[in-house]
Amino acid sequence: MKYLLATTLLAFAAPAFADEQPVDLKPAPGLEAVNANCGGCHSLDYVRMNAPFLSADGWKAEVGKMRNAFGAPIADADAAVIQKYLTENYGAN
Amino acid sequence: MLAATTRRSVLLGSAAAALAGPRAFAAALNPALPAGLREEAVIESPAGKRDLLKLTWRPPNYETPLDGFTTPITANDRFFVRYHLANIPTKAELANWSLSIGGDAAEQEVKLSLADLKALPATEITAICQCAGNRRGLFTPHVPGVEWGIGAMGNAVWRGVRLKDVLAKAGVKPGAVEVTVRGADSAVVEATPIFKKSIPLDRAMDDTVLLAYAMNGEDLPLLNGYPVRLIVPGWTGTYWMKHVTRIEVVSKPFDGFWMAKGYRVPKGVFGTDRPFTSQDNEKTSPVTELVVNSLITAPLDGAKVGGAGFAVQGLAWDGGHGIARVEVSLDAGATWQAATLGEDLGRFAFRPWSFAVPAGSGSITVLARATATNGATQPAKLVANPAGYHHNVISTVTVAAG
Repeated sequence: MKYLLATTLLAFAAPAFADEQPVDLKPAPGLEAVNANCGGCHSLDYVRMNAPFLSADGWKAEVGKMRNAFGAPIADADAAVIQKYLTENYGAN
Repeated sequence: MLAATTRRSVLLGSAAAALAGPRAFAAALNPALPAGLREEAVIESPAGKRDLLKLTWRPPNYETPLDGFTTPITANDRFFVRYHLANIPTKAELANWSLSIGGDAAEQEVKLSLADLKALPATEITAICQCAGNRRGLFTPHVPGVEWGIGAMGNAVWRGVRLKDVLAKAGVKPGAVEVTVRGADSAVVEATPIFKKSIPLDRAMDDTVLLAYAMNGEDLPLLNGYPVRLIVPGWTGTYWMKHVTRIEVVSKPFDGFWMAKGYRVPKGVFGTDRPFTSQDNEKTSPVTELVVNSLITAPLDGAKVGGAGFAVQGLAWDGGHGIARVEVSLDAGATWQAATLGEDLGRFAFRPWSFAVPAGSGSITVLARATATNGATQPAKLVANPAGYHHNVISTVTVAAG
């Protein structure tokens, strides 16, 4: 419910780009949190573009930058889930 | 992703060189780029654009494939697109566009319509807009960000009014140190810092700095800043503000995110004639002047060429000193031979060059190195910096001759 609400709000806020195509990240635990928290401000190709070379600390720094520098309203619990998802699915291997 | 993969599998190999055009160039993406980016990148034509390499949909970031650089002037519909924030005004929203000028170090507030701006004395300059992070994707090790290949740059003839003429309308008070500029693009979330930049007052008063309303003889494309963008020849694209709506003359250094935190380089690592000292801190400086660089536009890496010799072509540029020479090496940098420089479109423009490789067979690796008139030359090794700016390592292509 929480994610559904967030997605709905962001769907209204996000600008519509006529040529934008959906970016489907790997289905894995945490993807819901990524879609709900990240996709409102930017398309998710930002994730794939930056893979696979970031360590767990690297992805933690990126999530931290989104929250602290860019003001993304991501709850602590969600941030932890997102970092884990990104590290496990798009981290350095 | 599927489309890009298909195109690559069709076009890679011997067919790539034979098939000119953007898809072939996209197919020939440098293997040094992150694997994720190489899967993600696809040729697309967003509104007003044709055959650009899509890096991200939103905010839109599209680079010019190599075939957009076969002429020293970059066509408007092939010119790269770079946005930090996703809310981009539409042309309809910009129909009643106006520009206001003020600030604590301005004598008065002034508001100008597009017609007002176009009534001021016009001037033209040919200059390169290049993202500071162009070639970030080629950094080893990789650094996070928009993973640009070679095409976050373009060279155009910009027409507009001198910024100093517009500032004179408002009047500059003694004690002014910087001029801040912001545009109509904005973020989705209110807490995101607005995209606003500053330049030193002496740069703002420079004859070369324009508020441009035309690009290569036409209105600016929406995605390149319609109706008016700032032109700061010789400096990285971050200062070339798009959709400019507000200019302020200020008595204190602007401390917004995009100056104080973003677009910084380690202090003293990259030389410049005009340091931006009001924005320096103990350890870092703002990224400003373009570094000397070159690009090989033909032949493509991995191409097959005839055994009777072949022509190497490319572009060279720097931050405004002008190009003194371009040299080519066919022996991994042991010896260098002069390339022939082409038409000089001005010290801020791409300088075309060419070199005739003599008859030969087998694998031939061509290195190209540009040197500016101030003696600065391209390095053999990457100058590492955390944000991935100023990549100007000597570039190479390897071809199969015979």
